[in-house]
Amino acid sequence: MENRFDAIVIGSGISGGWAAKELCDKGLKTLVLERGRNIEHIKDYPTANLDPWKFRHRGMKTWALREESKYSGSGHEDNHFFYITDDDHPYVQEKPFKWKRGYQVGGRSLTWGNACQRWSEYEFTAPARYNYGIEWPLGYRDIDPWYTHVERFAGICGNLDGLDAMPDGEFLPPFDLNIVELEVQKKIHAHYRDRHMVQGRFSFLTEPEEIHRQQGRGKCMARNLCGRGCFFGAYFSSVSSTLPWAHKTGNMTLRPFSVVHSIIYDEKSGKAVGVRVVDTNTNEILDYFSRIIFVNASALNSTLILLNSVSNRFPNGLGNDSGVLGKYICFHNYRGQIYAKMDGFRDSYYYGRNPSEAIIANYRNLSRQDTDYVGGFTTFTGAYRTLLEPSTLQEIGGAYKDSLTEPGGWEVYMYMQGETIPKETNHVRLSTDKMDKWGVPLLVISVEYDENDEKMVRDFLKQGTEMLKVAGCHSIDAYDSHGAPGSEIHEMGGVRMGKDPKNSMLNEWNQLHHCKNVFVTDGACMTSTGNQSPSFLYMALTARAVDHAVREMKKGNL
Amino acid sequence: MERREAIARVSILAGGTILGAGIFLEKGCTSGPEEVLSLFDPQQIDLLNEISETILPETKASPGAKAANVGEFIAIMVYDCYGPSDQALFMEGMALLEKACKIKYRKGFMRCDPVKREALLVQIDTEQKAYMDEKGDEAPLHYFRMIKELTLLGYFTSEIGATQAMRYVAIPGEYIGVVPYREGERAWCTFDYFN
Repeated sequence: MENRFDAIVIGSGISGGWAAKELCDKGLKTLVLERGRNIEHIKDYPTANLDPWKFRHRGMKTWALREESKYSGSGHEDNHFFYITDDDHPYVQEKPFKWKRGYQVGGRSLTWGNACQRWSEYEFTAPARYNYGIEWPLGYRDIDPWYTHVERFAGICGNLDGLDAMPDGEFLPPFDLNIVELEVQKKIHAHYRDRHMVQGRFSFLTEPEEIHRQQGRGKCMARNLCGRGCFFGAYFSSVSSTLPWAHKTGNMTLRPFSVVHSIIYDEKSGKAVGVRVVDTNTNEILDYFSRIIFVNASALNSTLILLNSVSNRFPNGLGNDSGVLGKYICFHNYRGQIYAKMDGFRDSYYYGRNPSEAIIANYRNLSRQDTDYVGGFTTFTGAYRTLLEPSTLQEIGGAYKDSLTEPGGWEVYMYMQGETIPKETNHVRLSTDKMDKWGVPLLVISVEYDENDEKMVRDFLKQGTEMLKVAGCHSIDAYDSHGAPGSEIHEMGGVRMGKDPKNSMLNEWNQLHHCKNVFVTDGACMTSTGNQSPSFLYMALTARAVDHAVREMKKGNL
Repeated sequence: MERREAIARVSILAGGTILGAGIFLEKGCTSGPEEVLSLFDPQQIDLLNEISETILPETKASPGAKAANVGEFIAIMVYDCYGPSDQALFMEGMALLEKACKIKYRKGFMRCDPVKREALLVQIDTEQKAYMDEKGDEAPLHYFRMIKELTLLGYFTSEIGATQAMRYVAIPGEYIGVVPYREGERAWCTFDYFN
């Protein structure tokens, strides 16, 4: 195999796929490295078409499945093969952290939740405005055109809602709200001036356009089985969209089974020159070379690779003059959950299985500090009719059975996606005594909640309960799940962006301040978490960074 | 985050979250079809089919649990998903049920007619509900709660339950948020959404 390329992309997940597509579109010969096995669209979705009764445990987790992923968290019976097991990929939990990973081509883009809300200007500026973080080196205006670029290609459905806290983009038609969601929306809007319940924006092709047909993707069939892989290619993933696109250009070489050990730094030129790889089938150590390198191994693994890339110039990890590498790890807080019942509306139902959900846009700490904590939260919400709700007194026998075959009453849920605060103490580092089977030090993870998170959970539960009361719900059950960080799969930071090389790793173009031909555009780059689902921003940042990289290469600067 | 992870608490069975909770926490195994028979003999699977048929019998509207072979499904779930102590509780429960039947009717469950079977299970179900309402979080489940929940899960996710008792469309083609509903129309089988 050729070992020289124009560009190397480490990782084939949601941001690596975008790096591959953009680089190949611009004519660069690109090597994409993936530590796991290959996954081909459609061919490698073994359960995508199975009816519930085809599963031995009808989708329930067996004890064995739970046990093999006790720390990292498994998938379900229908998609556990898209997740790793504890024994294969150990790590050290200094504090409880569920590091849920999908090591295969496509990574976690195969199983992600597909939510694609744009960040608002509020989110970019809040950490500096309220003094809980450093200033982002870019703002909404810089990323706006790149959001549009990603929206057009990926296909995002949603409404134009005109909200500052959740900016509009170019959307395909949204999914419907059902009758109770419409009722909750009406009541909330009548009662609160500052709270807006709207349909969420999701990467589902509700009405595919030419650009999507060119990718071989089709309309969403409302099966809501996205996490198994979709035969219709209706949800966006690297496997359904960016990687096949990159492949078609003829410029991409995809190499699965390739664990990246480190980035090779050349002291003379002051540049990274390539990547050291361990082939997981042969254990061979192989070096690949390129002019630029995109690091998209997922937040914590990208951080690990840089920490493990040591040289005389960078004894503490590539580009790490500031000592910030591995620090300011943050995530999203999902602890607050609320369920409630809604009487009436028994004459209304829905057809099909809705893969989307509604959102109450963040209403906290926008243009002023209005709580005793910093940061904000997005509220996901939805309503459904319950199943197996008996309407007979005797819960044995024919009448009971027949009553169970009708839909029950309505329930409404809410859960939070809260901003957490980047802190130096929340960090990852390399183990000094434990290595994985490829000779890479294990990652030690030391991340926890703080008092700000506790206050935010309490506020979410209080406000959510109040909104559901306003909406006419009863039997409201609002609780704190106390779930460990990590399981939300929104880990961020470790290689954060910033204006000042003294307190950040990356500049406004996602380049290492001190090694300009290395770009980090996955969750590791995040300066703060905002309150929107993060993958969408990684995609936009990646496309923007590739554009910059190629312009700089043409100018001879890289 | 995968949406079904976020709303995982939504329970498959009304009134509880048992299937997703404690019963899965202890050690178990993963079976081949024959291995299940090391815990359950064929007669016990027949018995489970008759018990589940009594809970969810054939009606004019749809076939019963036995037609969907729910007895075998229950055995598989207990074997693969229950830990040893819950397995023991379940097996002991089957014996307790048989004993209660003998005390009430002086014969075993298999030899009772459907009317007697139903009366017995109504009595045990009443005990079960009282026990489950009173018990602390740490106390073991009532065995009949296990049987009943596995019966409901097994039946309504079977091909018969999903397509004849409820409604199931593999490929809906679209989602329509507001559709008129008339009482008596069957529910959409959407358990894949909840598990």
